Amino acid sequence: MSEIAAATSAARANALSDASLARIDREIAKYPPEWKQSAVMAALSIAQDERGWLSTETMDFVAGYLGMAPVAVYEVATFYNMYNLKPTGKHKLTICTCLPCGLQGSLDAADHLRNRLKVDFNETTPDGNFTLKEGECMGACAMAPVILVNNKRMCDYMSHEKIDALIKELGGE
Amino acid sequence: MSMLKIEIDGSELEVPHGSTVMDAVNKLGTYVPHFCYHRKLSIAANCRMCLVEVEKAPKPLPACATPVTDGMKVRTNSLAAKNAQNGVMEFLLINHPLDCPICDQGGECQLQDLAVGYGKGESRYQEEKRVVFSKNLGPLVAAEEMSRCIQCTRCVRFGAEIAGTMELGMINRGEHSEIVSFVGQTVDSELSGNMIDLCPVGALTSKPFRYAARTWELARRRSVSPHDSVGANLVVQVKQNRVLRVLPLENEDVNECWISDRDRFSYEALNGDDRLQRPLVRRDGQLQETDWDTALGEVAAGLRKAGKDFGLLAASSSTLEEFYLASRLAKSLGGAADFRLRHCDFSADGKRQGIPWLGMPIAELQKLDRVLLVGSFLRHDQPLLAHRLRQAAKAGAKICVVHSADDDLMMPVAHRIIVRPSDLPGALDGLEEGEIAQIMQSGEKAAIILGNFAQQHPDAARIHASAESLARRWNACLGVLGDAANGIGGYLADLPVGASAGAMVEAPRRAYMLLNTEPEFDVADPVRALRALRSADFVVSLSPFRPGVEDYAHVVLPMAAFTETSGTFVNCEGRVQSFEAAVRPLGEARPAWKILRQLGTLMGFHDFEFDTSEQARDACLGGRNVSSLLSNATSVAASTAGAKAPTIQRVADVPIYFSDGLARRSAPLQKTRQSRVPRAMMNERLLSQIGATSGGPVKVASATGAVEIVVGVDNGLPDGCVRLAGAHSSTALLGAMFGELSIERADDGAGAR
Ligand code: SF4
Ligand code: FES
Ligand code: FES
Repeated sequence: MSEIAAATSAARANALSDASLARIDREIAKYPPEWKQSAVMAALSIAQDERGWLSTETMDFVAGYLGMAPVAVYEVATFYNMYNLKPTGKHKLTICTCLPCGLQGSLDAADHLRNRLKVDFNETTPDGNFTLKEGECMGACAMAPVILVNNKRMCDYMSHEKIDALIKELGGE
Repeated sequence: MSMLKIEIDGSELEVPHGSTVMDAVNKLGTYVPHFCYHRKLSIAANCRMCLVEVEKAPKPLPACATPVTDGMKVRTNSLAAKNAQNGVMEFLLINHPLDCPICDQGGECQLQDLAVGYGKGESRYQEEKRVVFSKNLGPLVAAEEMSRCIQCTRCVRFGAEIAGTMELGMINRGEHSEIVSFVGQTVDSELSGNMIDLCPVGALTSKPFRYAARTWELARRRSVSPHDSVGANLVVQVKQNRVLRVLPLENEDVNECWISDRDRFSYEALNGDDRLQRPLVRRDGQLQETDWDTALGEVAAGLRKAGKDFGLLAASSSTLEEFYLASRLAKSLGGAADFRLRHCDFSADGKRQGIPWLGMPIAELQKLDRVLLVGSFLRHDQPLLAHRLRQAAKAGAKICVVHSADDDLMMPVAHRIIVRPSDLPGALDGLEEGEIAQIMQSGEKAAIILGNFAQQHPDAARIHASAESLARRWNACLGVLGDAANGIGGYLADLPVGASAGAMVEAPRRAYMLLNTEPEFDVADPVRALRALRSADFVVSLSPFRPGVEDYAHVVLPMAAFTETSGTFVNCEGRVQSFEAAVRPLGEARPAWKILRQLGTLMGFHDFEFDTSEQARDACLGGRNVSSLLSNATSVAASTAGAKAPTIQRVADVPIYFSDGLARRSAPLQKTRQSRVPRAMMNERLLSQIGATSGGPVKVASATGAVEIVVGVDNGLPDGCVRLAGAHSSTALLGAMFGELSIERADDGAGAR
């Protein structure tokens, strides 16, 4: 197959669902037409909601959809750690380890998490239930330590007890 | 526009609104250290090396990103500024390896230079440094030592802003940031080598040049690129009489600070094994080495015998001096000479009111706001002009295209009409009304530009005439890009003489001279050209290389390559650029102008006695003012009915690195993506019509021959067209670059794949 044909059929195979595309279109509509690419962050999260993670092919698709260079999409996707460039467990726990949080006990909380889940950062528990991630400042420094569950739910003041409770709630032991 | 007053280190000056402190510093002629700032690129302000002290500002500010305000007072080397700059340098060096002696960039590294001024003698950082893995970006740009990268993103911005394609990006953040191409792809831009120059450190280096020499061992000589009609200014770097590197010589009017990869890497062919170093003559059917006197004697005898029945085919990249002496030789013999070897319509000869040219200075291209590009593979043919138009497009110019292929120009195209080659003249005639007409008439500065494809077209004169009348109608400038590095030089030397290149091939002559020409690649119809040469009694070829096809030549004379001769090129805007030899000719090779001079004298012709190439140049120009001789006006009738259109037509481009003998022999250029063996490209409709599968073999036949070739899909091509590159051995048997083809699948349907 020629490259062009291969690229076209790959693009077809990687197309997101109509529902996702409709959501992306709504995001695109927020910007002037020549600044379509401003919707890249939203488009990537929508793609991730559908697929669970961002494969190269998915990013390629988003690039094509927004008329951007693929590497420019890759830059965004690697910059923010809300984007999963690998499949994750059912619950992705991201703990902020930036300096302000670090000074307020988040490193200790991170150790506790690692001991409890028996995985290191960027690893997934063997049962596929948890993935542990290190995050950048979430704008909640005053409530350290903070843990983000699946990018959407923010848990603050995470003492060891609260961490244990969270793990239990999410089906861990 | 009102001006702003600013004081820098006690000196006052005025700068226009919107200037940055860096602009003001540059205007004043002082220096602020910097890495990420580059005057041709957007402002990133990410290296922080340019911090300066600004009165009333609480912290030092980056000069490159701070707009000047009226009455601003800046100090670039106060204690505060110096402290800030030293601090940034210390941070930059934290992760940068401190092993300049083993770095390829050593001696020409901006970080090394500035570290001397702003760094400490010794590092306070004792911890482990980060390691960034090397990347494979292809055969030209080496990204071997990415730990040296200081994340200035010049390379990234170059791709996005100048080359028109963002091939590199910076992924991750903070101390994990690194420069990558998208998931392991190579960098394929035809301008990619400029990233090497832009990279302030040893992260991106030249793959062919890596560790070949230290910068201080190299002698620098000015030269001019022989590859396209831009005439990019070059610095040829030489060690022990060998060209080891070619870099751009800044000339804002011509190439700015850029050159194309073809200009930059073709030198690799200069030192190749197939350079011809001694004259060859045919003895017992074999080409054998001989001495110059014997060879020249034989040439004189051969030419004398043929007399008037002589034809000279000169490469379009010959120097003005070579053209001039070639033209004199043809005139003295009463024969013919021409340089428009890839053209096939010569009906405008005698009807031109001047020498075809760009119609404006190169730099003006960037200021156009409406452009109609007709029949041009612009990125392949004149990469730097593509960049100029790209900048125009970025500034809002609307670019329209009429062509027979829809290659990505890496710039926004407002409207395009893609038709079969035979429909190209008609398509132009049809432009009097419609979308393109509206676009073209809605601007202030419009131009119609004819590309190589339009000039090599069998109806070139008609296309030219139609474009001329459209230009009049739209009040637009008409420009001809020139498919020759030195096309204007050819006309200035009074070529063509006697007959056109086409006629010389059509009606074979008794004797031929080839000047740096490989008939199997460099002419409109290689099959006919070779047939004519083979039927001749005598053929002499002046060539820097051993001929690839050996059977037609009786004598082959080793000529100097462009770096080994002095000479003059006249670029498409009519700029006369002379250059000196950078090195001595290889082996016994001689500059072609000297060979022609000697031959003329040997044969007893007058006015061949030039001691220097300058004398030949001055005799050729005869004090004429070149710009007054340029004109794109013709008296060709605008429209004549075309011949019957063939059902399946060839669309032939000359791939960028097949364009001339040097590019074809440059090993690194031949390893690029652009140099892959051409495929027969067609749209899906034609593919299914012939029942072939993409990637499978097809048999393509023309009036002169047939080849078997792999087929590919390009839905940008018009119906009934097969795109098959010219200037390549795999397609040479098909002959003419335009015309009828027949095509069928070659696998007899067996196991259709
Ligand atoms: S590779 Fe060179 S040009 Fe590119 S970001 Fe790094 S230092 Fe700058
Ligand atoms: S540093 Fe952790 S939330 Fe800001
Ligand atoms: S040159 Fe100003 S921040 Fe890099």
